[in-house]
Amino acid sequence: MSTEIDTARAAALLDEAPLAHASLFRFATAGSVDDGKSTLVGRLLHDSKAILADQLDAVARTSADRGFGGSAGGIDLALLTDGLRAEREQGITIDVAYRYFATDRRSFILADCPGHVQYTKNTVTGASTADAVVVLIDARKGVLEQTRRHLSVLQLLRVAHVIVAVNKIDLVDFSESVFREIEADVQKVGRELGLGSDGITDLLVVPVSALDGDNVVERSERTPWYTGPALLEVLETLPAADELESHLESFRFPVQLVVRPQGALAPDAIAGGLDVEKYRDYRAYAGQITEGSVKVGDKVSVLTPGQAPRTTTVTGIDFAGAELTEAVAPQSVALRLADEFDVARGDTIAAAGTVREASADLYAALCWLSPKPLREGAKVLVKHGTRTVQALVRSVSGKLDLATFKLEGASSLELNDIGHAQLRLAAPLPLENYLHHRRTGAFLVIDPLDGNTLAAGLVNDHPGDHEDERYSI
Amino acid sequence: MSTFLTEEPTQVTDAAVSTRLSSLDTLESEAIHIIREVVAEFEKPALLFSGGKDSVVMLHLATKAFWPGKVPFPVLHVDTGHNFPEVIDFRDRTVERLGLKLVVGSVQEFIDRGELAERADGTRNPLQTVPLLDAIQSNKFDAVFGGGRRDEDKARAKERILSLRDEFGQWDPRNQRPELWNLYNGRHTVGQHVRAFPISNWTELDVWRYIERENIELPGLYYAHDREVFARDGMWRAVGEVSQPRPDEEVITKTVRYRTVGDMSCTGAVESAAATVRDVVIEVAASTITERGATRADDRISEAAMEDRKKDGYF
Repeated sequence: MSTEIDTARAAALLDEAPLAHASLFRFATAGSVDDGKSTLVGRLLHDSKAILADQLDAVARTSADRGFGGSAGGIDLALLTDGLRAEREQGITIDVAYRYFATDRRSFILADCPGHVQYTKNTVTGASTADAVVVLIDARKGVLEQTRRHLSVLQLLRVAHVIVAVNKIDLVDFSESVFREIEADVQKVGRELGLGSDGITDLLVVPVSALDGDNVVERSERTPWYTGPALLEVLETLPAADELESHLESFRFPVQLVVRPQGALAPDAIAGGLDVEKYRDYRAYAGQITEGSVKVGDKVSVLTPGQAPRTTTVTGIDFAGAELTEAVAPQSVALRLADEFDVARGDTIAAAGTVREASADLYAALCWLSPKPLREGAKVLVKHGTRTVQALVRSVSGKLDLATFKLEGASSLELNDIGHAQLRLAAPLPLENYLHHRRTGAFLVIDPLDGNTLAAGLVNDHPGDHEDERYSI
Repeated sequence: MSTFLTEEPTQVTDAAVSTRLSSLDTLESEAIHIIREVVAEFEKPALLFSGGKDSVVMLHLATKAFWPGKVPFPVLHVDTGHNFPEVIDFRDRTVERLGLKLVVGSVQEFIDRGELAERADGTRNPLQTVPLLDAIQSNKFDAVFGGGRRDEDKARAKERILSLRDEFGQWDPRNQRPELWNLYNGRHTVGQHVRAFPISNWTELDVWRYIERENIELPGLYYAHDREVFARDGMWRAVGEVSQPRPDEEVITKTVRYRTVGDMSCTGAVESAAATVRDVVIEVAASTITERGATRADDRISEAAMEDRKKDGYF
């Protein structure tokens, strides 16, 4: 009836650590129910006080009904992530669920990816926006084929930080030798994949007990041989992918739409003193910076498919009435340019001289996410940045065995397969290698018949391309 | 060694020089990106606008997305006929201030025509679905923005930012498109439409901090005031035309505020002295009860209440 509040505590906390400076961090979890993933997620939410009293009451009631006697006050933490009724009735997990919690340092978005079925689809989805992914391993079982598959997908998707949580460390008596053996196996798989040693990704291994909370939020005294940080500390301190990408020199800005109000200026802006004369001929290009940063006065290239790149200067960076001098990824802004080019949705504005020529030949890795298989000769749609074009699947050149990391011959791709394909596009696109450009190197493959998303695409270099030939402008 | 995408990394410049965005800046940019994508890719979008705080924040984001131009779509309100008068007044003033077109779907008109029946419990929230779908169809809206957030409940936690609805407005949780990177796929066939939830990733606290930061006006109900109330189903109900106490329910005056401002017949107030936006931010930060559980009677009908309503085409 009345909320139970300790406002003095909250006010003090807000004063101590003003949330205005907290940054956003997105991470995903991968692993199966058997690895204790739900318990780990429940533990993170519970120990970071993200679980609210009414939710906890409901879970406590259900735990008691089911006769659960765990150590978190008799609460089955896995129930905190219990899903939809449709899932409970069928005992399955349908889909990625998003959860939210915050500490005084960061706000977290957690994509909780089910592990059993369609692990590739769910892991790819969760990992595509993640700054970090936590992969669970059962300490009693060590590195399994599924672990190799998960790590393989994460390497492919270029997830900046991969954290392997060796769970149920309590069930191996907090044994250092068991942990060290698993840690060595993980690092070996990492080396095979290039994960953690490619200068782009890093790979960390943490011993935890999700059930008892060891090394989840607080460092555990029961693992004195482990001197690293607890899982939450790791998540609080790793740089977010956007932070890393906002420092790249390669500014990229797919144009979403042209802001050109002409007569239709906002009445509230006019009432607020907007200079109507000044904005009568206003024209700016709205979009979200996908990587890098831009300053007023920067030279940029406008990339329009089918045309040679046009170079101009940024004369203004606007955001809802504020004139900025600089903007960084992932800010949404509107850019004004010196020259009155014809710029439209689907064009890309990029730091001058940093983008290779647009190409209608697309070589890519495809993560196939649809029950409808991919066949050579299929006509599909490719959505890249803010442009969608028709495409023809010329050839499938193989699929990846995720457990052995070897490429095997294939002429079609089925649900959860990851393979290589070559597509011919109806119009050239400013394609970039996904390895270096997580946004402009990514695309969707869409079914033109029903509009469904068929695949996540990662742009590869053209065969024979070399690093120094990539920059042609 | 992997045969995939192995290449030398690009150079990264000095990490210390660049600005770090706050979580609110990041969420705001994400929402504006989504709003612009929908406007660019759909023929006829509309924004669900009730005067409630989430829809007010949505409208504020839309004004920022298209500044200095007008918000380029109409707003749609499903009026249960049991709304708080001060919220309707706020709605009308806001629409006027921004020069927007308002489309109203009326539950009362459907009841009057015999196309909807009043429920035994008097709650009209579940009755909004039919007028909503009717308004979407008759206005040919192909995308409808909502202020839904994933932290609100289990069903929303699994819903996409762009959520495809069939001819009956139904959501099929088992047949959702994977949502990858910041690439939103809004393709749909004739008869289908898309619900867009640009503030999916915001929490209640984010919304309140944003309202504070942006100095956004809300209906006065959100702040502490004295009101005649009675206790029912574990919450405080306002005395009003459509919510009358039964003889055994004692009416008292309390200092309360509302955390959601839906239908008067099922929205409860909480005891609170939070009279300013700062007070509310502190209260929400400290609160130990989620907002739906605390104040919406219709979500208490069953744990799966929201899931059932969404499948039927609810917001």
